[in-house]
Amino acid sequence: MNWVWFYRLGSPLWFYQTTTRWLPWLGLLAFILLTIGLVWGLGFAPQDAKQGNSFRIIYMHVPASFLALAGYFLMATAGAIGLIWKMKLSYMVMKAAAPIGAALTFLALFTGAVWGKPTWGSYWVWDARITSMLILLFLYFGVLALQYAFHNEEASNKASAILALIGTVNIPIIYKSVDWWYTLHQPSTIKLTSAPSMHPDMFQPLLVMILGFYCFYVVALCLFTRVEILRRERKTGWVGDLVGELNGSTEGKRQ
Amino acid sequence: MRKQASNSFYAYLRRDLLLSYRRLGEAASPLIFFVMASTLVPLGMTPDLASLAKIAPGIIWVLALLATMLSVGGLFAGDYQDGSLEQLLISPQILVMPVLGKVTAHWLITGLPLTLVSPLLGLMLSMPEAGYLPMMASLALGTACLSLLGAVGAALTVSLHKGGMLLALIVMPLYMPVIIFGGATVQYGIDGLIWTAPLAILGAMLAAAIALCPLAIASVLRLTSIN
Repeated sequence: MNWVWFYRLGSPLWFYQTTTRWLPWLGLLAFILLTIGLVWGLGFAPQDAKQGNSFRIIYMHVPASFLALAGYFLMATAGAIGLIWKMKLSYMVMKAAAPIGAALTFLALFTGAVWGKPTWGSYWVWDARITSMLILLFLYFGVLALQYAFHNEEASNKASAILALIGTVNIPIIYKSVDWWYTLHQPSTIKLTSAPSMHPDMFQPLLVMILGFYCFYVVALCLFTRVEILRRERKTGWVGDLVGELNGSTEGKRQ
Repeated sequence: MRKQASNSFYAYLRRDLLLSYRRLGEAASPLIFFVMASTLVPLGMTPDLASLAKIAPGIIWVLALLATMLSVGGLFAGDYQDGSLEQLLISPQILVMPVLGKVTAHWLITGLPLTLVSPLLGLMLSMPEAGYLPMMASLALGTACLSLLGAVGAALTVSLHKGGMLLALIVMPLYMPVIIFGGATVQYGIDGLIWTAPLAILGAMLAAAIALCPLAIASVLRLTSIN
């Protein structure tokens, strides 16, 4: 197998130049998918028999929850790659993934709360899934807080990578224990999250939304990573040239 | 080699116990915190014994968790400041055993006294009698878990000046499974269910933590204390 692509990833410059080329296209794809998914899901998908229109928030809730969890594993994997191969870029990706993941987890919790009010009658229920999402948000907060606590970039990278990895070991344990805890407490609320087999008419727009969210996530991750690249590589020649070019072009416009 | 490793375990266990024996006031503060904070609950909520009895298991577990969390921050701080941590890092030893020795000492100083004092708190909060044995058993295993997990956080934040609050942020999500099964053990005991089941899971978590946490702590110390 050819591993050249992997070594190339070691160069932030290569990443920056490549993403400059295909980011607009991916952004366009994300925009199209999200527009189609939202219009289809919110406007044309059939109403739910029991919940009426309020179920439509699923088109935001489910993709956000998917990516909140996937984003944590991506962050931890990037951290592990950084620890093992000492790759600069992967630490930057890890740092970029943390705020996006936290924001998506919050979005998932928020849409869940908004959805919960008409269906369960309360914004917050100590349901197993909700609680484990909340703990996931706390794990993100821990990584974020640790990242900003260090002055030394090297130490900050390594410490947050290790914390992200420890979190990965803990996520299944937390998920399982919360699940168990929930069955212990036996609340009176109806469990909505036991996925009902959805009608295809409802499921297809959801699939489009999930794909759109994935594209959007990659775009956001690349943008955050690019900012991080520019910040960390600000003393290198190519960033200087880039900034010089930008300044030159804006000055040219002014004249 | 094996003998040397166990020697370094006992050496650090003995050293940390001796250090805290010389400063008994400091060593006793988690315990005093545990008892003092439990007084806040009736003051803040209600002195009604029936309602206190209901929440007593949870309160005792939460307070034990907080007491462990507050005390674990100092686990490596002193050694980091006086340079003995650096000496430990450059010594030709397996770092895991001294680390385990230090964590064991921490549990003997905080977790074990908390476990022994907990019946007193149960009495004050009028916890049902059936809960005492499960509470002590679950606290004994659970606080050891908390010490090990907390030590990972302490190692991560050792080189930071104001690591206390950060340590709490990092460690609290990791503590959540422990408190779930710890609380469940006591509640099962009170409800007359088989409380050894959640206790067994707590024991499994402790076994996993003993195996994995010292490795994590050792690698974290090597990476972050260079800051």
